[in-house]
Amino acid sequence: MAYSDKLLDHYENPRNVGSFGKEDDGVGTGMVGAPACGDVMKLQIKVGPDGVIEDAKFKTYGCGSAIASSSLVTEWVKGKTLDQALEIKNTAIAEELALPPVKIHCSILAEDAIKAAVEDYRKKQGTQVAPAADAA
Amino acid sequence: MLKFPIYLDYSATTPVDPRVAARMIPWLTEHFGNPASRSHAYGWEAEAAVEEAREQVARLVNADPKEIVWTSGATESNNLAIKGAAHFYSGKGKHIITVRTEHKAVLDTFRELEREGFEATYLDPQENGLVDLDAFRAALRPDTVLVSIMFVNNEIGVIQPIAEIGEICREKGIVFHVDAAQATGKVEIDLDRLKVDLMSFSAHKTYGPKGIGALYVRRKPRIRLEAQMHGGGHERGLRSGTLATHQIVGMGEAFRIAREEMGAENERIRMLRDRLMKGLTDIEATYVNGDMEARVPHNLNISFAYVEGESLIMAIKEVAVSSGSACTSASLEPSYVLRALGRDDELAHSSIRFSIGRFTTEEEVDFTIDLLHRKIGKLRELSPLWEMVKEGVDLSTVQWAHH
Repeated sequence: MAYSDKLLDHYENPRNVGSFGKEDDGVGTGMVGAPACGDVMKLQIKVGPDGVIEDAKFKTYGCGSAIASSSLVTEWVKGKTLDQALEIKNTAIAEELALPPVKIHCSILAEDAIKAAVEDYRKKQGTQVAPAADAA
Repeated sequence: MLKFPIYLDYSATTPVDPRVAARMIPWLTEHFGNPASRSHAYGWEAEAAVEEAREQVARLVNADPKEIVWTSGATESNNLAIKGAAHFYSGKGKHIITVRTEHKAVLDTFRELEREGFEATYLDPQENGLVDLDAFRAALRPDTVLVSIMFVNNEIGVIQPIAEIGEICREKGIVFHVDAAQATGKVEIDLDRLKVDLMSFSAHKTYGPKGIGALYVRRKPRIRLEAQMHGGGHERGLRSGTLATHQIVGMGEAFRIAREEMGAENERIRMLRDRLMKGLTDIEATYVNGDMEARVPHNLNISFAYVEGESLIMAIKEVAVSSGSACTSASLEPSYVLRALGRDDELAHSSIRFSIGRFTTEEEVDFTIDLLHRKIGKLRELSPLWEMVKEGVDLSTVQWAHH
């Protein structure tokens, strides 16, 4: 299969590989996919007090397109607010990397990973913020 | 000097041996006659060349040259053998048996016969890839007319118990077909001893040209087939079509070389395979697929856990290998052969078939070992599954978010 130069670059030099502590404050973790389907993506975001994503890291088990898609979104979410990050659509990822039609599901998975990470972050904040609100 | 990419996909195809190519060329340019031309010397010399090649093919497998029918390759041989015998003997019964790990040329031909009203049994192999003889016996029925089981598996290289299965079939009067495309030049084949009725051969898996193969059709006891290709009545009416003299000469020469050199060659290949296996199984969480005893030395099929197959192939582009079989590696499905062995999906996703051949060197093997160590390490650094396993998580207990 012929892949675009951008895709190959992300595959060969993946950006932001690694992990944050799952329990850390300000970290949201999204894990999507399944080994049986051939891809599992873990995307983590570190959110600052101002609600802006300061940093992101990923680990992906999957094909070259899955690795490149997740590497790309770690770059894209940085500096965005949570709502802005949620606006990243799979079609933009697919377009940027020129994913072949059979690999579109990789971009969908990357979009899902962002949603899952944001949701996890918000859930964590919610459980911590709620008691304070009660006290007030 | 290493030439890249290093070719370790000899089970997909082999280069034509230069000695074979040299023998073929005059039959394209100078001696171009039609072997079926009876009225002049051009035809006579072509016919003589075809018959000499037929003898070379027969000698490799200890058969009579009259039992060899030229075809375009093993796929055609499988079609002719299976459809031809099933149709001819359908009056006796309409039950046919094969194994789930057969090549698509056999499985798809069985599907076609099912559409025509035959009933097929697809045996599950054991975990080591071999047919369970008790399960095989249990699958036989009074109306079973044909059994088709390959000699050597193309993906995992295991050698099926052909002699034993042949005895059982002969005793019950069932036609036994064997796809030997991956076996010639790798295992000794003695058709005088083996109770096999039909056997398919391919030239290009044994350093001959693509586009030529043969079918062995036993004469004693005589096996009858319904022709699948009709025309001028070539090959005693079993397969019409002008014979491709140059291809046939190439196959004959390739099989002659195989007969003369397979002893020494297999010993050398076994050494290389053992070296490769030792070097690769050094890597944590690797599993060899298929039995190690009943196996040709040319094949090493390894699963690298927690690393996905396609990304691994991309990472090791300096070596030409295949993930699953060449026919299925473009799809997203894990290998049906490994699935049939009961390997779970994440293992199936990361299997690589290394196949070693005549021109493989020790230097190439060493480069491959080093490359795999580096790239598996890199991909596992990237793998969330590897991270979880290292943290002590049992992946089978994880609730995955299926998409």
